[in-house]
Amino acid sequence: MYDSDKVREIAKRRKEWESGSYRPVCEKVPERCERFENLSWTEISPLYTAEDVAGFNYLKDSGFPGEYPYLRGVHPTMYRGKTWTMRQFAGFGTAEETNRRYKYLLEHGETGLSVAFDYPTLYGYDTDHPLARGEFGKCGVAISSLKDMELLFKDIPVGKITTSMTINGPAPIVWAFYIANADNQGIPRTRIGGTIQNDVLKEYIAQKSFIFPPEPSMRLTVDTFEFGARELPRWNTISISGYHIREAGSTAVQELAFTLADGFEYVKAAMARGLNIDDFAPRLSFFFNAHNDFFEEIAKYRAARRIWARGMKELGAKKERSMLMRFHTQTAGVSLTAQQPEINLVRVALQAMAAVLGGTQSLHTNSMDEALALPSEKAVRLALRTQQIIEEETGAASTADPLGGSYYVEWLTDRMEEEANRYFDRIEQFGGVVPAIERGFFQREIAEASYRFQQEVESGKRTIVGVNKYKLDEEVEIPLLKMDEKGEEIQLERLKRLRADRDNDKLMRALSALRKAAEGDENTMPYILDCVHAYATLGETCGVLREVFGEYREPSIF
Amino acid sequence: MKDLAERAVNGDDRAVARLITHAENCHPDLYEAMRIIHRHGGRAQVIGITGVMGAGKSTLIAEIALEYRKRGKTVGIIAIDPTSPFTGGALLGDRIRMSRLTMDPGIFIRSMGTRGMLGGLTGAVYDVMEIMDASGKDVIIVETVGVGQAEVDIIKIADTTLVVLVPGLGDSIQTIKAGLMEIADIFVVNKADVPGIERTMAEIESMIDLGHRPGVRKTPVLATAAKECKGITELVDAIEEHREFIVGSGSLPDRRRKRYEAELVEIIRKRLMTMIFDEKVFREKVESLIGRIEGKETDPYSAAEEILDGLLK
Amino acid sequence: MERKIRVLVAKPGLDGHDRGAKVVARALRDSGMEVIYTGLHQTAEMIVNSALQEDVDVVGLSLLSGAHMTLFRDVTDLLKEKGMDDVLVVGGGIIPEEDVTPLKEAGIRGVFGPGTPLEDIIEFIKGNVKG
Repeated sequence: MYDSDKVREIAKRRKEWESGSYRPVCEKVPERCERFENLSWTEISPLYTAEDVAGFNYLKDSGFPGEYPYLRGVHPTMYRGKTWTMRQFAGFGTAEETNRRYKYLLEHGETGLSVAFDYPTLYGYDTDHPLARGEFGKCGVAISSLKDMELLFKDIPVGKITTSMTINGPAPIVWAFYIANADNQGIPRTRIGGTIQNDVLKEYIAQKSFIFPPEPSMRLTVDTFEFGARELPRWNTISISGYHIREAGSTAVQELAFTLADGFEYVKAAMARGLNIDDFAPRLSFFFNAHNDFFEEIAKYRAARRIWARGMKELGAKKERSMLMRFHTQTAGVSLTAQQPEINLVRVALQAMAAVLGGTQSLHTNSMDEALALPSEKAVRLALRTQQIIEEETGAASTADPLGGSYYVEWLTDRMEEEANRYFDRIEQFGGVVPAIERGFFQREIAEASYRFQQEVESGKRTIVGVNKYKLDEEVEIPLLKMDEKGEEIQLERLKRLRADRDNDKLMRALSALRKAAEGDENTMPYILDCVHAYATLGETCGVLREVFGEYREPSIF
Repeated sequence: MKDLAERAVNGDDRAVARLITHAENCHPDLYEAMRIIHRHGGRAQVIGITGVMGAGKSTLIAEIALEYRKRGKTVGIIAIDPTSPFTGGALLGDRIRMSRLTMDPGIFIRSMGTRGMLGGLTGAVYDVMEIMDASGKDVIIVETVGVGQAEVDIIKIADTTLVVLVPGLGDSIQTIKAGLMEIADIFVVNKADVPGIERTMAEIESMIDLGHRPGVRKTPVLATAAKECKGITELVDAIEEHREFIVGSGSLPDRRRKRYEAELVEIIRKRLMTMIFDEKVFREKVESLIGRIEGKETDPYSAAEEILDGLLK
Repeated sequence: MERKIRVLVAKPGLDGHDRGAKVVARALRDSGMEVIYTGLHQTAEMIVNSALQEDVDVVGLSLLSGAHMTLFRDVTDLLKEKGMDDVLVVGGGIIPEEDVTPLKEAGIRGVFGPGTPLEDIIEFIKGNVKG
């Protein structure tokens, strides 16, 4: 970026500064700690200058917004045209209750929907399954059939609004519920837009809501890619997620590297099926965490875009849209404290700011009470207001990549890309992502990072405000969400009626056709849609796949 | 203690579990129970399993146990993991892979730390085996994590020893170095779906051929994919075949005698150590001798001599 | 002879968040205990059966899904039924203040929310395990 004479001069002057200005002050007043580190234990220097980014080639490594390698953002106008989608992840209890919450959020200015499902749904069980005991509606909404999906989106224009669904193992089935609901309303499939998370690799690595072993899981994923490319051009068939990897305790570097490694793995799997990279790649999307180390997070998003663009080009992508990385961001749930919960508002605001400065396409801001329970209406509204303040009042959305060219941020971006590449090499040595999962590589790396962090908190090396410093002995007074106590009964009754009222012959035919397709190598999506249209429940449909594919068991890794 | 033993012999799992705890803690009255236990034992077939970390041993054991259950046998599993020499703590994670066995009343799983036995099997393993045996388990599977002495020690207790390897990672080379060629009754190459399986199988087979003498049983090499439940029936068949072989060739009693010898040595060792280091009179003697060694008034050999003389008097 | 505290760390229900359980398991190990980790998706029956076979002094339950009122109590109920109420049961996760008292009444003697120092958990166990 600078001519070499200039850099040499800067380097020389920097040395002078170090001995003349910096050191003498350090000797008088020692710095606060011996080694400054970010959350990935990378050492941070007292100062960054042009010298640190001397090798940086602007046109090659940075470019312009909306152009390869997309370091500065995926849109030429970035937020000057349209700001990010404000998409609050929400769901609890019955479909009716969650439907009311969605309408509340839309009334208050939310621009996209995001569905949280309860645990039984995430594992492909109906509410009346024995393993669902105690879990109904707790972490999200229970969706056991098309009937529930119809209620969830009652009076919400699914042809206009986009919906993101955090569902992985049973993603094809839940997606089919959504599509079938639109079908029944006469909305063409080409018009509905949204995202299914559908990222099973990170389930094995971190989130642990897996159902099937990796091989059939990857096959189902590719089925959705293929089906989406053919019939739902506006749908993101995957959201390759680092969020949960980070929540499980990884560093930012690990989040970056493992997520991108997963992404390339999906691309390779789809290409191995014979799909054309430019047919499906434009519908791949990503999902990252926004954690506490402000600059590291911004560098992470920027590095992610550049690594993806370069990697996709290498894999043979020709279309621009195949190389640009669009991503959703959620602030770090793991950073929220149960102590002094109001201060979570401040944490979330800073994390959200990092996501915006990093160029996210959509954003969920956590509510301040989430270390205690599901968020109350007021807490969700404040979280949404936080985004609106960033959008409307801070000026952060006025120019593309405002921190581009910062010596520190560019240096850190480069460094994170390098470290990610080192991780890619290690994963390659295992023979790819799946063997590395089976050997527990990711799981061990994450467990070690999270334990190390926790020990540093215990020893006081890391500060968590309100937890190990600036503590306050106070009763926490936050109004918590109360759910309809009758919810589970309502849902069980609905399931019972559904099983009695539907055409069970038609259903059995659809299920056995799905079984045949799953045993063979046809795309399962059309068969799943037939089952769903015949009001097969989630558990019944998933049950067929469980029988054909078997279930995954985690390796014993700490 | 006697009551506990009677209950254990009648198959009461809680009593079995509690007795094992007493054995691990070297409870001073344990011998009362073990007298009863020993009278009822000696029937169970003992399978030892060893191999490097990450070879998929726990999964393999789960599959072997399920196969034996299908064949109408009850199973005891002893899963041993290392105790940290620094903290004395241990993280025992074998149950993760054996989750499916937890609800089967015909299977009893116990996780154990090595508890200070440097590299070797935990001292309590003999007692635990006898307790499970006496409680009516037909098959007992002992798993050790593979470093050092524990691997070699396992042949002292097992009727059949399985050495588990995985393709790649140079495991087969490590095997020769670690002296595992000699202890295996059966080699298992697990994760047969991983590339490199043929090479690993060939390497092991050629090593076996090298050391093979005519007229001696040749160690079989089997491939399994425990996660996909492949090759398990064949493996259990091979274990049974080996058992028939040692029964037929008359070497089973030899193996059993070796086990009792090891057990006897272990009990004596433990008792001696307890006597010398825990009992007050000797403790004082030991302390004063350490002081004298430090002051160069005596040397460690002469000091040991003095202690042993005291014991033998 | 030396007696070691044995702890079963278990994840009941369908919740897959195991960062906390694993961090606590490591910390207990580092404080000299023998920790048996069950892995995910355990039913109350599986947890109690494992506790029985392993003859543990402590059962530690971790759950972040909000189903603790049902699933934690299932475990203590079953322990009582089997006459194993001498086992110390502790639990952790996203647990609202108002649930703490009923959980304690149900026999979960230590309830640890987010941000609890690991040292507190270790001390609680050491102080409350029967001699």
